[in-house]
Amino acid sequence: MRAFQILIDGFAISALYALGATGFTLIFGVSGVLNLSHGAIMVAAAVAAWAAASILNVGTYAGALFGVGVALLTSFATYFAVVKPIQDSRRIPNEEKEIFVLTGTLLWGIMIQEVIAYFFTNNAKTVLPIVEGVVEILGVRTPRNEIFTAIVCCFVIALLWLLVNRTRTGKAVLAASMNPRGVTLLGLELTNIYVVVWAIYGILAGIAGVLLGMFLGVSSYSVGPLTASAFSIVVLGGLGSVSGSLIAAFVVGYLETLTAYLISPAYRTIPALLLLVFVMYIRPQGLLGRR
Amino acid sequence: MASFFTTRLFFISLALVIIAATLPLYVSGYVLGLLTVAFYFGVFAMAWDLLFGFAGEVNFGPTFLIGVGAYTAGILNAQFGWSVYACIVLGALASVIAGLVLALPALRVRGPYFGLTTLVAVLMLQNFIVVFADLTGGEIGLTIPDVITINAGANYWIALGFMTISAAILYGLSQSPIGLVLQASGQDPVQAGALGFNIVKHKLAAFIVSAFFSGLSGALLVFYFGTASVGTVVDVAVGVNVIVSAVLGGRRTVLGAALGAIFLIVAGEFLRPTGELATFIVSAVALLVVLFFPGGFLGAALSREARS
Repeated sequence: MRAFQILIDGFAISALYALGATGFTLIFGVSGVLNLSHGAIMVAAAVAAWAAASILNVGTYAGALFGVGVALLTSFATYFAVVKPIQDSRRIPNEEKEIFVLTGTLLWGIMIQEVIAYFFTNNAKTVLPIVEGVVEILGVRTPRNEIFTAIVCCFVIALLWLLVNRTRTGKAVLAASMNPRGVTLLGLELTNIYVVVWAIYGILAGIAGVLLGMFLGVSSYSVGPLTASAFSIVVLGGLGSVSGSLIAAFVVGYLETLTAYLISPAYRTIPALLLLVFVMYIRPQGLLGRR
Repeated sequence: MASFFTTRLFFISLALVIIAATLPLYVSGYVLGLLTVAFYFGVFAMAWDLLFGFAGEVNFGPTFLIGVGAYTAGILNAQFGWSVYACIVLGALASVIAGLVLALPALRVRGPYFGLTTLVAVLMLQNFIVVFADLTGGEIGLTIPDVITINAGANYWIALGFMTISAAILYGLSQSPIGLVLQASGQDPVQAGALGFNIVKHKLAAFIVSAFFSGLSGALLVFYFGTASVGTVVDVAVGVNVIVSAVLGGRRTVLGAALGAIFLIVAGEFLRPTGELATFIVSAVALLVVLFFPGGFLGAALSREARS
């Protein structure tokens, strides 16, 4: 009974983590950018969906769509206002661009967080779920919303796989992650590819944010922990490796659920952190990372 | 090194310290209290700059070193009743040990991987403090019975003196041959090693020095505040402030980091009337500096001087 509960709850959490981390790792793989405003973009999506559905009364579907739209816009703003100026800057030496992107996106994330806190307060917000009610699976009472979350996550990740592996644009993205110079030599504009990647990222982070808002609820305080968990999942799986991130998301998700159910919810994050430190010592490039 | 004593930077610093030292004669205790905290923060930022600007280690967890020093000093005083000075010394030593622990992964992993390790170290420390609440005071914080002194002027002078001495040592170190080797090993470890420098030894030294000053400053700050809490010395947000100070003031300048920290704390206080928007404004200003003056305050000033 409890085993099934852990299995089901863990799956939903893990799928959500996976979706959140996929976009993050995609951007790193293609453009070498670690976006530390990730958590802020997810929360922005969730709060936008909440505001549209609860204040403007546009309905849950339109609200969710609005949330994803806001995430897409925020993602573009991140790229054009923060990341691109740093990448193009001639005053910042190339080897230091990484730390500048980290600092810049970190500050940008804090700005988004403060704007959300200013207009919508720090209170936790739960987005109205698209599907309501509970069903019984294997003797476990499960909210339909949880199943919906898991299905949407898997569906979107499958869609992303198709997009990257089966379409022309996706192949260009893949090529850019392998050899940016080679791609430009073939006559493709690298900036266009980056814009496509940031668009994909925005949509993924938006969906993950809105689903998180429906499933667990968010507040502006979740920004830091969300960024940290995406960062650790991605490093655990190997930076830039999408399949590594998926595996790592499930490892972390189940580890957290197991700890929360079997030991205490207060210790929820500790085993995952220990595992992360351990993996960094014996395999610094992560589970499926390449160096 | 000898030529430094004739540069304009030296005279400006000397003048600033002398002016700062006379402040208690004519400003209010409120301003002094604010600057006291700012000076301790200045040491945090300078210690961080030594690791990042020179050794090239992206340390996202300056508060791991600060927090270990602060909490060791606080716990020894509050739970075991040790004297203030013993606590401060032991806090700094505990921080050095923490620095060695942090240095181990740094010798194996680089860049973002090391950054994450340091971030995890902070989160672990935070979890540890909350879990062992009996010892550490948990989320509420630890009340420290003893203080160094309750005189605002004396506290201010201690902080100023401490920051000045730390700045002199850290700046001297950064301009010495050791600083150059550190800089070389941060930028291209393979080539620096090939030139015959012992990178491991230099990096360990950088971690120890940085940890020592972070821990000492953290311990002093705890005895100034009279309390140690996660929100003031461990939280990731505090670490972000330290990093922003150093980048704002100018990375790889050491002294700029202290200026950045003082600016950040004083600006935060001036913006208090704007309420919740204060953090937004400070972050926005910091982002603009990062985008348009990547050298920071001191970096911009120094390059202008070099050009003229």
